[in-house]
Amino acid sequence: MLKIENLHATVGDTEILKGLSLEIQAGEIHAIMGPNGAGKSTLAYALGGRPGYEVTAGSVSFNGTDLLDMDPHERAAAGMFLGFQYPVEIPGVSNLQFLRESLNSQRGERGEEALSGGEFIKLAKEKAALLKMDMDMLKRAVNVGFSGGEKKRNEMVQMGILDPTLAILDETDSGLDIDALRTVGSGINAIMRQPDKAVLLITHYQRLLDEVQPDYVHVLAGGRIVKTGGPELAQQLENEGYEAIAEAA
Amino acid sequence: MSDNLKLQDRDEERAEMNAEAQAAVDSASNYEFGWSSDIEQDFAPKGLNEGTVRFISDKKGEPEWMLEWRLKAFRMWQDMESPDWAKLDIPMIDYQDAYYYAEPKKKPELESLDELDPVIRETYEKLGIPIAEQEVLAGVKGARKVAVDAVFDSVSVATTFREELESAGVIFMSISEAIKEHPELVKKYLGKVVPMRDNYFATLNCAVFSDGTFVYIPKGVRCPMELSTYFRINAENTGQFERTLIVADEGSYVSYLEGCTAPQRDENQLHAAVVELVAMDDAEIKYSTVQNWYPGDEEGKGGIYNFVTKRGLCQGKNSKISWTQVETGSAITWKYPSCVLNGENSVGEFYSVALTNNYQQADTGTKMIHNGRNTRSTIISKGISAGKSDNSYRGLVRVGANAENVRNFTQCDSLLLGDQCGAHTVPYIEVKNPTATIEHEATTSKISDDQMFYAQQRGLDEEEAVSLIVNGFAKEVLKELPMEFAVEAQKLLAISLEGSVG
Repeated sequence: MLKIENLHATVGDTEILKGLSLEIQAGEIHAIMGPNGAGKSTLAYALGGRPGYEVTAGSVSFNGTDLLDMDPHERAAAGMFLGFQYPVEIPGVSNLQFLRESLNSQRGERGEEALSGGEFIKLAKEKAALLKMDMDMLKRAVNVGFSGGEKKRNEMVQMGILDPTLAILDETDSGLDIDALRTVGSGINAIMRQPDKAVLLITHYQRLLDEVQPDYVHVLAGGRIVKTGGPELAQQLENEGYEAIAEAA
Repeated sequence: MSDNLKLQDRDEERAEMNAEAQAAVDSASNYEFGWSSDIEQDFAPKGLNEGTVRFISDKKGEPEWMLEWRLKAFRMWQDMESPDWAKLDIPMIDYQDAYYYAEPKKKPELESLDELDPVIRETYEKLGIPIAEQEVLAGVKGARKVAVDAVFDSVSVATTFREELESAGVIFMSISEAIKEHPELVKKYLGKVVPMRDNYFATLNCAVFSDGTFVYIPKGVRCPMELSTYFRINAENTGQFERTLIVADEGSYVSYLEGCTAPQRDENQLHAAVVELVAMDDAEIKYSTVQNWYPGDEEGKGGIYNFVTKRGLCQGKNSKISWTQVETGSAITWKYPSCVLNGENSVGEFYSVALTNNYQQADTGTKMIHNGRNTRSTIISKGISAGKSDNSYRGLVRVGANAENVRNFTQCDSLLLGDQCGAHTVPYIEVKNPTATIEHEATTSKISDDQMFYAQQRGLDEEEAVSLIVNGFAKEVLKELPMEFAVEAQKLLAISLEGSVG
């Protein structure tokens, strides 16, 4: 589904990603772990197409098309969802309005019919229930006045409604208490653990991986993947720390 | 149902409306209303002198007192000077190089809009008169009622729902008719809120006003429908001098909608309207405007000069006047819808969204004049600047010496798109009574890169993302608009920002 080869990316004048390669197949869940400054968020932003995150070398193919050739909204329409580490506030715009416009733009881009108001509300209710989120929260302005945990759960509801094929979740677990972590984890499983979908989890910690069992765990250090293993690698990282493993690699 | 819930319900409805608005936006070109109808005009001779004033008065068959009033204003105006205190760069206007009166040659007396000249009818279609009104016009059962007093250039060609309004005792007609049919009411109130000498443009309007609307809501009557007037400048080089007078008698209520679009022109066109509102004891007037006069092209060529004087008088106790405006058009906007709060416990409100793009200039705001005890006012102003435009909020809050316990809350927010536009906030506060509570908040912000990327990552393209964020910014004001107007307003904000990103 996603094939990243020798990706180099710079922010300003600094090269952050230095030849990162990674391949994700449909049905798989991958976790990327790594110390601060390793380039985890840069990877997410570069894949999302954020201006200022310049890809200087390498290639990324997404379901057979050249991802780097697409605008951010085209990447979204092609089925990529980015869960933000710091979800952004949009005052005066309700979640429902935001998501309905987003979804219908995506559908338009794909040549599909727009959902009517009724169809959309039905879909939103269904996904909110799945994540134990109050519909009232969907009526509030996007992330405005939300707690850290609410923002992250809101990201998951958005993911549920937009129904991507690939979700890249950037530290979705940060700022969550145990209960919220469980809700978010089960949301990811319910929405994304499908034979035709894939997830790239970016995280610091083991604890989200207890909720969402990854098929592969990668260690990102110095802008490259330095080690790849199964779920047991996450446990090893938790026990031994990044430094030891990055150095051993 | 709590207010909060009501708002949420509205959000859902709005989500649906947005789709409609979006469709309209998708089909829109840079300036959607850039066409003009082919109808013969009957012009007053070019230029401005006593003869012009007499021509207009004569054309309209006015009584002698009206002609005298006009002539007095004209003589006054000749000794006045154009104001220059606003943060506007106004080109010299040659008042002799314009026409002051135009009317469609046919003047049919219509029972309904169905009998309207098809060309004019088509004009309304293009204007996108809201669906609710079209349903009403088509006689759809259960449709919400909106009465349209259509002003085509200068003359009202049709008034709908006159009968139903009449049975409620509401007078809703062109001001020319009112001068003839209800001279006592017109004499009593015309020029009482905006005095003849008020300002250069208002005085000019007194001399040459072409037509406009008169509304009288009798005691205790809640106007059974929203009243709506569509203004439209249709003749090249024709100044448009509308005159509106709305009187709400004791305990009455009226909601009035005013919407404007104008065809694309190279010549600048002057629009100097005067709107006067009077609210008696316990009366309420809600006045909503969506203004979309031609703003000029991307190089700043052409466009309407909109120099408007709008003022409401809360004469009675517990009266309320609320102005809501969405200003997206005009090359230059000079406009300060104001409230004079004389009645005890009276309330003035001003909700404004002013959007400028390219080379547009707007200097707009309000005056809240607190003369009565326990009077309250709220000012919410949202300025959006893009391109090379300049956008100023100018507002006065004045508390008189005898006005005890006055409260005012003012919030002025500016949103900048790009780095070549300007936003300015000029609040004047004059308080002569120590019991007053005056609050003023102001913010200036830009659309953040974070917001843009977030919205784009969810699937919106750049223009959709800007439109969404801007509509969110303006929401506090847009939610004050009647529903069908809110759709139009959202559409306009999006259309007006086209080409301002990327």
